[in-house]
This record gives sequence, C-alpha cells and structure tokens, in this order.
Amino acid sequence: MKKNGVKMIKISSKNVDVFYGKKQALFNINLDIEENQVTALIGPSGCGKSTFLRCLNRMNDVIDICSVKGQIIINDFDINDKSCDVVRLREKIGMVFQKPNPFPKTIYENISYGPTIHGMAQSKNEMDEIVETSLKKAALWEEVQDRLHEPGTGLSGGQQQRLCIARAISVKPEVILMDEPCSALDPIATAQIEELIDELKKDHTIIIVTHSMAQAARVSQNTGFFHLGELIEHGSTDKIFKNPENKKTQDYITGRFG
Amino acid sequence: MNKNKVQLLNKRYKAEKRFRLYGQSAIFMALLFLIIFIFKIFSTGYSAFQKTWLIVPVTFDAELMMLEQNPSKEDLKDADYYDIALKSMADLDPNANENQENELKRMVSYFFEREIKRELLNDPSLIGKTKDVYLTASDDLDQVFKGNYPRDLPEDQRRVTDYQLKIFDQLVELGKVESKFNLSFFTYPDSREAELAGIASSFMGSIFSILVCLMIAFPVAVLAAIYLEEFAPKNRFTDFIEVNINNLAAVPSIVFGLLGLGILLAVFQLPRSTPLVGGITLSLMTLPTIIIACRASLKAVPPSIREAALAMGASKMQTTMHHTVPLSMPGTLSGTIIGLAQALGETAPLILIGMVAFVNTIPGSPLDPAASLPVQIYIWAESAERGFVEKVSACIMVLLGFLIIMNLFAQIIRHKFEKKWS
Repeated sequence: MKKNGVKMIKISSKNVDVFYGKKQALFNINLDIEENQVTALIGPSGCGKSTFLRCLNRMNDVIDICSVKGQIIINDFDINDKSCDVVRLREKIGMVFQKPNPFPKTIYENISYGPTIHGMAQSKNEMDEIVETSLKKAALWEEVQDRLHEPGTGLSGGQQQRLCIARAISVKPEVILMDEPCSALDPIATAQIEELIDELKKDHTIIIVTHSMAQAARVSQNTGFFHLGELIEHGSTDKIFKNPENKKTQDYITGRFG
Repeated sequence: MNKNKVQLLNKRYKAEKRFRLYGQSAIFMALLFLIIFIFKIFSTGYSAFQKTWLIVPVTFDAELMMLEQNPSKEDLKDADYYDIALKSMADLDPNANENQENELKRMVSYFFEREIKRELLNDPSLIGKTKDVYLTASDDLDQVFKGNYPRDLPEDQRRVTDYQLKIFDQLVELGKVESKFNLSFFTYPDSREAELAGIASSFMGSIFSILVCLMIAFPVAVLAAIYLEEFAPKNRFTDFIEVNINNLAAVPSIVFGLLGLGILLAVFQLPRSTPLVGGITLSLMTLPTIIIACRASLKAVPPSIREAALAMGASKMQTTMHHTVPLSMPGTLSGTIIGLAQALGETAPLILIGMVAFVNTIPGSPLDPAASLPVQIYIWAESAERGFVEKVSACIMVLLGFLIIMNLFAQIIRHKFEKKWS
C-alpha cells in the first residue's frame, strides 16, 4: 500500500546471519517487507527461507543451538534487542505452520486461547464476538458455527488450517507469518486459503514461505528468492517472475533446478 | 520361473512358517506357566474364604456369670463368661473326664468366650436361657472339615486327637458344623491362631504405604520430569542426572530398604514398622519409574503443539502448563499407577524397615505399626500351622486382585484421556 506515494516498510532486516551451532544457515540478509502486502519467500529446500521466517517472531529461540545476529526492525524497534519481550512480540506477529496444528481442544477454545492469555476480552460476550469475527475472517464461520464446542482436530485438513489462521488473527496481529500453509492441503483447500490471504492483507502484513512458484505468483505482491542461505534477489513479484536480474533466479523460476 | 527361484521362494515360506511356530509356542509356554500358577493359587487358596463354625448350645447361667438381678449393660460387659463358655463346651460330652474337657475346649478358638459375650450383649434377655451359638472352630478342625487334614496319620503325629475327631464327627452328623463365608479374614488383624488371622492390618498397612508413597513420589517426580524435559538446559550436568535417574530405576529394592533403615530410622528417628517409613522408602523406588514415564509422555507430545502455543504468544510456562502437561497426563498417570503397583508388591525394603513385625492391631494412621500384604504373605508362609497354607494363597489372591484392578485402572485412564492429534 502506498501512502503519499511512499511505500510503508513494516519489517526491515539488516545484515541478518543465522547459525545452527557452527553451521551458518543464513548469510547477510537485507530485506524490507512492505506493509499490507503479501511477500512471498521462495527457493529450493534447505535454502533458509523458513529459517528467515522464524527469525521474524523469534521462534528460533526454541532451538538451543540456533543463534541470530543482525537487526530486525519492526515498528522502529529491534526485536533481537535484549529489551524485546518475545511474548509481546508474538502477540503482534502471528504464525501459521506447514502442518495444521490446532490444539486438541474445542474449536472455540482454539480461538479463545490467544485472547485469554493476552487478556483481550473482559467478558464472555466479548470473547464470543472475538471468536465469531476471527472465524468469519478465516472464512470458517459458516462451516463450524453449529459445532464450536467440538474438537478442532475433528475438522478436515483445510478446515484445520483455516482454524489455525483464525487462531492467529484472533489476537489482531500486525503481521502474519505463513510457513508453507498449503503444502499439506488439496487444491480446493489451497484455493480457499489463497483467497483468504488476499482478503487478510487489508488488515495484516503477510509473509508467506512457499514451494509453489505458481502460488507465489498468484498471491504475492513482492517476492524474495533464497538460495543456499543467501537472498539472491527480491522485488515486486511481477519483476521477479517476468524479468529477473539474476541468472540463478531465472533458472529457478523456469524450473531448471530446485 | 526357474527352479532356483522356486526353491528360494519355498525356503522363504518355510522360514516364515517356522518363525510363526516359534512365536506361538513361546506364547503357549507363557500362558501355560500362568495357568499353572493361577490354578495352584486358587486351588489352595479358595477354601480360606470359608470358615468352619461349631454350633454349640450355651446356657447363659446368671450365677456362673456372677451377675446380680436385673444387670445393667455395664454389668453384662464386666461379667465372667469363661465359666459358661467352658461349661458349654464340656457339655458336648456329658461323660468327659477332665483331660477330655480340656480337649473339648481346644476344639474352638480362644475367641469362644468373646463370641458368647457378643451374643448376650446383642440380646440381654437370653439370661437364664439356652441358645445355639456359633463358635469359630479351631484351625485344625477347620482343615478337617475342609478335607485338608490327614486323618489317617497315627494319633501322636497329629494335633487333633482321636477324641476330638470323634466328637467333631458326631457334631457333623447332627448338622452342628457349618461352613460360612470367612468375613473375619478381611476384618481381623493378624493372629498367631490361623482361624483368627486376617489381612485387615496388612491391607490397611499397604493402603497407607501406597498413599504416602503416592503423595511423595508423584509431585516430586512430575516436577522433576517437567523441569528436566521442558526447562533444563541440555548439557553434561543434565545428561549426568538423566543417566542417574535411569540407574536409580535399576537399583535392587533391598538397597532402598537399607537406605530407609540407615537414614529414616537411624538418623531421623521416625517410628519403626510404620507405613510412613514404608511409604517414604517405596517412594524412593517409585520416583524414577514415574519420572521416566512422565518424561516419555512429555516427549510424545508433538512439538507442533508447543510451537502453536509459543507462536500465539504463550510464555514457556503457559505452553507447558496449558498444553504439554495436560496432554502428557494420561501417560504420566498410567506410569504412576504401574509404579505404585510395583511398590505394592514390594517386600524386601519393608522387611528391612521393620514392617515384618507381628501386628495384631488394625492401623488407624500411617504412624501406627503395620504390615503390608506381601510381607503378610511372607510371614504366613513361614508359619508351620496347616491353617496358614490356604491363607498364604488367599492373601496372594487378594494382592493379585488389587494389582489387576490397579493395572486395569491405568489402562482405562490411558484409553479414556488419550487425545488424538493430527
């Protein structure tokens, strides 16, 4: 989105290096992410795109041997700074994973969990409203409104993934990270999620890691191409797919490797 | 297909057939041993659940009982029942001489006086009247009636005399001997007399020990497991702790008994022979079992659930307490019950801390001296009296029943609360 003709930068990473123990997984990543746009990260397996994604909400903290260097600035604030509280950070930056991972609880509890721990609802009514709007935004309300108190794990794969998206947006995050959200889904469910992503970018900045170049072309406005831990090229999706500058990008896009 | 290939194929089929046969025979062997074991225990033990009673007419003679006119309840309690008890036994044979009267008295348990007293306290209007009273037969006659007694041995090798047998047979013929369900086996404490010995003291001892064990081992083990699995840094020191916990699970139980003896009794001066000390000793033994079970079920919780919670902004603590621990509870609980079942069957450490002492009172708290079921089996198995043989088996049956119920409970918990995740 442009404000007065200037693109708003939501996230800006500066000289980010990531190490797993002694092995370096990401080399000097400099990438700016525009607000209220969908940014796709593409590249062959093991290229570091998921690792980069997980840097943005500090999920790499969970892995003992993983260390992140460099700056990641969100809202003028470096999230790698010691003063950054991960709990607050993850409230602002939601995440959807590769495999649908609803909690083994009811659909209602899945959605209400985030708002509960962050104290976002004062009453039962407010919570009901949050659950309803979240499910509606995730285009799941019609299908599950009669069985909110049945286990979320009983839904189909595509529904589970939309439940996870609803769960992520329930705390009104500014950014949603999606790590190959459609890789475990069939084409119909994939199409539903892609439609949803397009809808969600009105209120959220979305970063999606995907294996499918077609998907990247369909849903994103910007694309970054990763290869062997380096960000080879980034720019508008149109440009990357139609007129890439780098030879490697071109080879990957045209299916010569990867 | 050429010949070589056909041969190879046949060989493969035969090998598989042979392997199946080995497996089946192994299962058959295991089942056979189990059946022999259970059959042996049931065939010797079932008779202990019946008890033989002699029905003896008792005349409640006020004079013999040293009772005044219109006695109060207190008077009845203080009255002398020994003489009427003795007289009613002696009256079974009007021609008995003094020796024979003594033998007649020994045909019933030494509780006979109390049994007569209870009868009168229930119905004070019996004074001056005669009533048939059920008296517990001596353990030897009990065995005679159950057909377990070698009657054809020469008299001097038997504890039952020919005279006693003669009177007993007369009573049987008159229908004055009855076999009834042996309630006292469950309500009486241990006794030196087989006919009066029950499992109440050891049963309560076992329950108290297990409760103490549970209350100590469960919280400590679960906290240790959660910390080690979810919070502790993975370094050499925690590896060292892990190895030691696994080693602890393999330490012979008697070593824990020595620990209890040396530290709980000698240093801390806790009361000897009590379920408190027994329970603490057993909890040391159960601790590693629960820790291992709890850690295994924490490990089995898919990491995707943890990631989901963390990504929602839950803290480490919230992730653990809201998601991981509840999901691991079925496994932890069934591991706990199995650990407790092990502790329930443990004998050696309890013998060392003195729970083998003869206890003829029913413990009312973990601080009262008590035995435990397996120790009771051990005590009775050591006793020479014929009456204890069936009691040993009966006690084993009770213990086995207890264990089966506990294991069943563990299974139910596992099935009922196990959650499926995608």
